[in-house]
Amino acid sequence: MADLTLTKKDFTSDQEVKWCPGCGDYSILSTMQSYLPELGIERENIVFISGIGCSSRFPYYLDTFGMHSIHGRAPTIATGLAISRPDLTVFVITGDGDSLSIGGNHLIHSLRRNIEIKILLFNNRIYGLTKGQYSPTSEQGKVTKSTPLGSLDTPFNPISLALGAEASFVARTVDSDRKHLTETLRAATAHKGSALIEIYQNCPIFNDGAFDIVKDSETKGGALLQLIHGQPIKSDTHGLVHAGASLKVVELNSVPESDLVVHDAHNPDPAYAFALSRLSASELDHVPIGVFRDVERSGYGSLVNNQVADIIAKQGAGDLHTLLTSGDTWKVD
Amino acid sequence: MAKPVVSLNQVTIRFAGDSGDGMQLTGDRFTMDTASLGNDLSTLPNYPAEIRAPQGTLPGVSSFQLHFADHHVQTPGDAPDILVAMNPAALKANIKDLKRGATIIVDKDEFTNRNLTKVGYPGNPLDDGSLDSYKVHAVPLTSLTVAALSQLTLSRKEAERSKNMFALGLLTWMYHRPTESTENFLKTKFAKKPDILEANLLAYRTGWNYGETTEDFSVSYEIAPAKMPAGQYRNISGNTAMAYGLIAASQRSGLQLFLGSYPITPASDILHELSKHKKFGVITFQAEDEIAAIGSALGAAYGGALGITTTSGPGVALKSEMIGLGVMLELPLIIIDVQRGGPSTGLPTKTEQADLLQAMFGRNGESPVAVIAPSSPSDCFAIAVEAARIATTYRVPVFILSDGYVANGSEPWKIPEVDSLPDLHVEFAKSQEDFKPYLRDTKTLARPWAIPGTKGIEHRIGGLEKADVTGDISYDAANHDLMVRARAAKVAGIEVPNLVVDDPTGEADVLLLGWGSTYGPIASAVELLRANGEHIAQAHLRYINPFPKNLGDVLKKYSKVIVPEMNLGQLSMLLRAQYLKDVIGYNMVRGLPFTTTEIVEATMEVLHG
Repeated sequence: MADLTLTKKDFTSDQEVKWCPGCGDYSILSTMQSYLPELGIERENIVFISGIGCSSRFPYYLDTFGMHSIHGRAPTIATGLAISRPDLTVFVITGDGDSLSIGGNHLIHSLRRNIEIKILLFNNRIYGLTKGQYSPTSEQGKVTKSTPLGSLDTPFNPISLALGAEASFVARTVDSDRKHLTETLRAATAHKGSALIEIYQNCPIFNDGAFDIVKDSETKGGALLQLIHGQPIKSDTHGLVHAGASLKVVELNSVPESDLVVHDAHNPDPAYAFALSRLSASELDHVPIGVFRDVERSGYGSLVNNQVADIIAKQGAGDLHTLLTSGDTWKVD
Repeated sequence: MAKPVVSLNQVTIRFAGDSGDGMQLTGDRFTMDTASLGNDLSTLPNYPAEIRAPQGTLPGVSSFQLHFADHHVQTPGDAPDILVAMNPAALKANIKDLKRGATIIVDKDEFTNRNLTKVGYPGNPLDDGSLDSYKVHAVPLTSLTVAALSQLTLSRKEAERSKNMFALGLLTWMYHRPTESTENFLKTKFAKKPDILEANLLAYRTGWNYGETTEDFSVSYEIAPAKMPAGQYRNISGNTAMAYGLIAASQRSGLQLFLGSYPITPASDILHELSKHKKFGVITFQAEDEIAAIGSALGAAYGGALGITTTSGPGVALKSEMIGLGVMLELPLIIIDVQRGGPSTGLPTKTEQADLLQAMFGRNGESPVAVIAPSSPSDCFAIAVEAARIATTYRVPVFILSDGYVANGSEPWKIPEVDSLPDLHVEFAKSQEDFKPYLRDTKTLARPWAIPGTKGIEHRIGGLEKADVTGDISYDAANHDLMVRARAAKVAGIEVPNLVVDDPTGEADVLLLGWGSTYGPIASAVELLRANGEHIAQAHLRYINPFPKNLGDVLKKYSKVIVPEMNLGQLSMLLRAQYLKDVIGYNMVRGLPFTTTEIVEATMEVLHG
């Protein structure tokens, strides 16, 4: 049985944390360390696997098993581990460059397979560790070291991308909102297959204030559309109504409360969650926050292991001598 | 009156036809029937990269060569004694390889003006005397097959498809092969398509009867079984032997076999084979790309599985960074590179040995890995077991350099007793206080294999340089120097058997030294040279990194060392660099294995100028 007396301290490693002062990663780390005891899983059965980038230093600071791997490839390593070791709880820590640029392929394939991994995507909309180039989530026109005249790239919307990749659990949260981040982690770890959590994370050095609108106490109430299953979707000032096949943000006082869309995270049709994801374009004026989609689908690792177990149940475990001597053989005396 | 039967010591047959004609299947079946008769044998499939190249054209020709004998066979044979050519393209593409006097069986029906023009024959070679120095049997294979199947309700096109079975039946008669196993094979293969089964069986038997009854074939041949060590045998291809070896390694180590792979010619058959054996607890994961394939294998190895990835050269290029991570993490990992012609996409279906330096050095930084190579199809079994031993003992990535020739070629294999296979049991790190993830074993220099799920040894690893003993991140200059040398020393210290030199008279001055799949042609050449009174020594490297400890002494002992390789001199370069021995390279990159004759001639040139 799990030792439920573990505390935040038990999950804190002896390594000195080396992010820049004011980095959003600190609060994510602290929230995670505080949350893990609640999970009720022994430290040795938890593994954090990361790629490359500022966020990917995360595993060093947690006293669990951890691997800081190579750029973009954390989902591949986590996939092999999660399939072959279904007894473990595997987290992937990644950033917008790591998972959406160099590692984009692995992200979408692990989501479509529904590998039993929880992916925390720290989105700061910039390359931090390489000192300030634009990232695949940077807004078009962004002036950075590598785009002095403005970025020409159309950015990825990570939530839309994950939904397009058949993800069974997709959520968004914010680094500084410990309560919301904890709730989101709780929902993700309760989910059986892949979970993708996009975490808006501030980089104070190269992209400071990118998410101020959803963090400042004066603006966030109006900007954040709360996604709570079974509740009308609204911010302090705005709400969401159906507009044909799509969704539209309206002022709360312009429609009766009963017209507001009631959030259904378990809606089997991904088009609904996709429509939600399209509400936050680059501007962040109306940002849905919470669990976009949480549907049940068999996890890949359990399918793989069931296939093995089934054939053994039907035919018995393999015998090496029988295998080697199968087919046409002959004896020489 | 019974037709006379002539005894032969050995025969080389080549089946050639369009890539849709079923020549590989025909060759496979003839091989299995030959193996079960107890002949020693060696095969060489040779086919185009396109699944169906344009019909009747030279690039579309697919062939299968088989050498079988009443004695030990080392190669698929230099020149076929008999060519079965299913169309003019097959004749034209292969006739240059035949000796004068060889037998040619062609499907006369295919020698139409249109087909002849397609491959640039000015006239019909069956009529114009150009084949006078060969024994030609022009058999109307297609029309005979169609006629034999006329009683069945098949379209002409469907009926024509059985002509390879007619040809197989004819050859089966000619060489007194048993028919039961092919008939059983067909019955299994077409169990759900009774009309196709009937067509194939009928065509097969009609071909056999055609040989027995027509005057065109006046003699048949028999080849006595070869004398082989006592035991149970089967015929096996390199890729199948590799898959079996990996399963054996999993069974003998108690580690779950995890294969992460992305399909690539000529390695995919290992994935196919392993995916059939899930009842051994085998997990096969077809990944989204080469990188994910090796990444998943490394992740599984981190979790305590026997992590394996299979690929060919272009895939190795993509996996390089992950192999480097494997070196840094010091985890067991097996990378199987079934080499093909390169660079880039190169010659996907042809063989080459030009990935040796890529395996040795194709990564950033000082990144040593073990490199071993099988010398024949059946040796792939033993090499897979050996790769597992090295990987798990030393916690290091191990490259197996197979190639298209050993992977697709086949030979009889004396099936080993399971108890005779090495015990590969490994110890994981146990729960303990103050765990040191990079504290090395004093003998092997391996670090602990510390898998998640073990209480009290939670730790973090990664691609950044590690501090000695603790495994913490370290940018310290002296530590980096120490760790680079430690990783190098660990690989250099892998225990491998000494190189065995075959030098029966002890008077040889010249050594033929090969590695990997060139063993057969070299050994065969050495036999011929010795039969002609030459003194020649032979040695073959299965271990390339590290080299056997006695290799330097062996090189010193011989005044001249010839190194045949299917590349431009990669092993030669390593030998010169490490031992300052100016070896003589003999190099060809034609996508085909060396012939015995080529190596004999190259050696004679060195021996006698």
